[in-house]
Amino acid sequence: MHAPAPPIAIERLVKIYKTVPAVDGISFTLTPGSVTGLLGGNGAGKTTTIASIMGLTTPTSGRVTVLGAEMPRQRYRVLHRMNFESPYVAMPMRLTIRQNLTVFGRLYGVPDLAARIAQIGEELDLTDLLDRQTGKLSDGQKTRVALAKGLINAPELLLLDEPTASLDPDTADWVRGRLERYRRERNATMLIASHNMAEVERLCDRVIIMKRGHIEDDDTPAKLLLRYGRRTLEEVFLDVARGRGVESEAAQ
Amino acid sequence: MTTLGDGVLDFSLRRTGAMMLRYWYLLRSSWPRLLDLVYWPTVQMVTWGFLQFYIVQNAGFFAQAAGTFIGAVLLWDILFRGQLGFSISFMEEMWARNIGNLMMSPLRPFEFIAALMVMSIVRLAIGTVPVTFLAIAFFGFNLYSLGLALVAFFLNLMLTAWAVGIFVSGLVLRNGLGAENLAWSIMFLFMPLTCVYYPVSTLPAWLQPVSWALPPTYVFEGMRALLIEHTFRPDLMLSALALNVVFFAAGLFGFLKLLQSARRHGSLIQAGE
Repeated sequence: MHAPAPPIAIERLVKIYKTVPAVDGISFTLTPGSVTGLLGGNGAGKTTTIASIMGLTTPTSGRVTVLGAEMPRQRYRVLHRMNFESPYVAMPMRLTIRQNLTVFGRLYGVPDLAARIAQIGEELDLTDLLDRQTGKLSDGQKTRVALAKGLINAPELLLLDEPTASLDPDTADWVRGRLERYRRERNATMLIASHNMAEVERLCDRVIIMKRGHIEDDDTPAKLLLRYGRRTLEEVFLDVARGRGVESEAAQ
Repeated sequence: MTTLGDGVLDFSLRRTGAMMLRYWYLLRSSWPRLLDLVYWPTVQMVTWGFLQFYIVQNAGFFAQAAGTFIGAVLLWDILFRGQLGFSISFMEEMWARNIGNLMMSPLRPFEFIAALMVMSIVRLAIGTVPVTFLAIAFFGFNLYSLGLALVAFFLNLMLTAWAVGIFVSGLVLRNGLGAENLAWSIMFLFMPLTCVYYPVSTLPAWLQPVSWALPPTYVFEGMRALLIEHTFRPDLMLSALALNVVFFAAGLFGFLKLLQSARRHGSLIQAGE
C-alpha cells in the first residue's frame, strides 16, 4: 500500500520573471496535518512560492507537487481539495455573503450546500450577516467571509496569505483560534505566509524563512529561537533579514 | 492539451451554472447596471430612427429602403452589446479582484467562457428587447418581421461578438486592466469595415477584401438585401458562419495562449493591476 502523497512537495523550484529570479532553487515538503509558516521580507519570494503551489504560475524549472498532483499541469485533479484565503484577493462586493458562498460552494462541488453554509456561518459567527452585502461589512467581517470561502469545501490543504492583516488584535486572535480549531478537527495542512511573528509562533509547528528567493532557514519555532539565541521569532526574522547569522556561527 | 493542464477540457454544468448565478446576482442587485443595458441602445435607436425618418421624406431611394438604418442600428447593437456583455461580465471579476479566487477554484476556462457567453445573451436581451419594441412604437419598424433571417443574423453576430470578447478577455487577463479600453473600443474598428450603414461597394476596391474577411459584413449586406430587395441570401449567411467558425476558434486559441502566458509571467498574481 502506498503512503499518501505529501500535501506539498517542492523540488528545486526556480521561477524567473524576465531576468529576475523570484524563487531560486527552493525545496521543501510538508507533512499532513502540519502548519507551516512561510516568512520573509518583501520580495523574498513568498507570493511566488504560494502562486506556484496554487498553479497560478508555471515554474521556470523544478517541480511542485500538491496532494500528489504536479502543478500547474495536473491542478484540476486537486483544486477541489484545497483552498486559499488572502486579504489581497476580494469577494464580489455586491453579492451577499450567502450568494458568494453559494457560488463558490457550487464551483467546489460542495454537497448539501445550504447546510454547509449554515454550519460555516455558525462556526465563523456570520449567521446574522449571511444576507448582508459583502461590501457593506467591516474589515474584520470581510476577513471572516474570506475565511468562510476558504473553508467552504472543507479543504485538506489551506493556503493563507496574511490571514490577519489589517485586523484589530481581538479579531485577529479570534481568527487564529478558528484556524487552530479547524486544523484540530480536520487534521488539515496549512501553509501561512505572514509578517506577524506572534501569529506564526502561535499557529505554526514549522517555520521556513525566505530571503531573495532562497530558503535561509527551516525549523521548528523552538529550535530557531534556540539556534539564534533569541526570545522571539521577530528577533530571529530580523537577524535573517539583516544578514546576522545563527549564534553558533556568530561565536565562531 | 498537456501544456494547458490535464482535465482542462472537462465541462461541468454545475460550475458553469454557478458562474451564471454569480452574474445574475450582480445584475439583480444593481439598478444602474440594468439601466446602462437599456440606455445606449435606446438613445442610438431613437437618433438613427429620426435621421431615417428625415431621409425617407427627402429621398426616393430610401423611401424604398425603409427600416435599413434602424435595422442596421439594432443589428449593430447585437454585435456591439454582445461583445460588451461578454467583456464586462469578465471585467467585473477583475474590478472585484475576484479573478484570483476563480483561477484557484476548479472552474475550467471553457466553463468560465460558457457562462460569460450565456450572460452576454441575458444582458443583450435585457438591453435590446425593450428597444426593439420601442422601434415598433416610434417608427413602425418591426425587427421580428425579419423572421428566420433574424435568427441567422443573430447567430452570426453573436458568434463574432463572442470570438472578439473571448480574445479581449485573454488580453486583459495577460496584461491587466491596462488593456481594459480595448474591451470598450475594439468593436468600433469593425464598424466602418463591416459596412453597417452602407454597402460594401461604397468602400475603395482595395479595402473591400478586408471587409469581406469579416463575418458581420455578410450579415449587414444580408439585411440590406432583405429590406431593399426583399431577398433572403442564405449564401451570405453560410459564408458568415464559415468565417465565424474560424474567428471563434482563433478567439479560443488566443485566450488559452494568453492564459498560458499569464501563468508564465505571473500576471494572474497581480490580476487587477
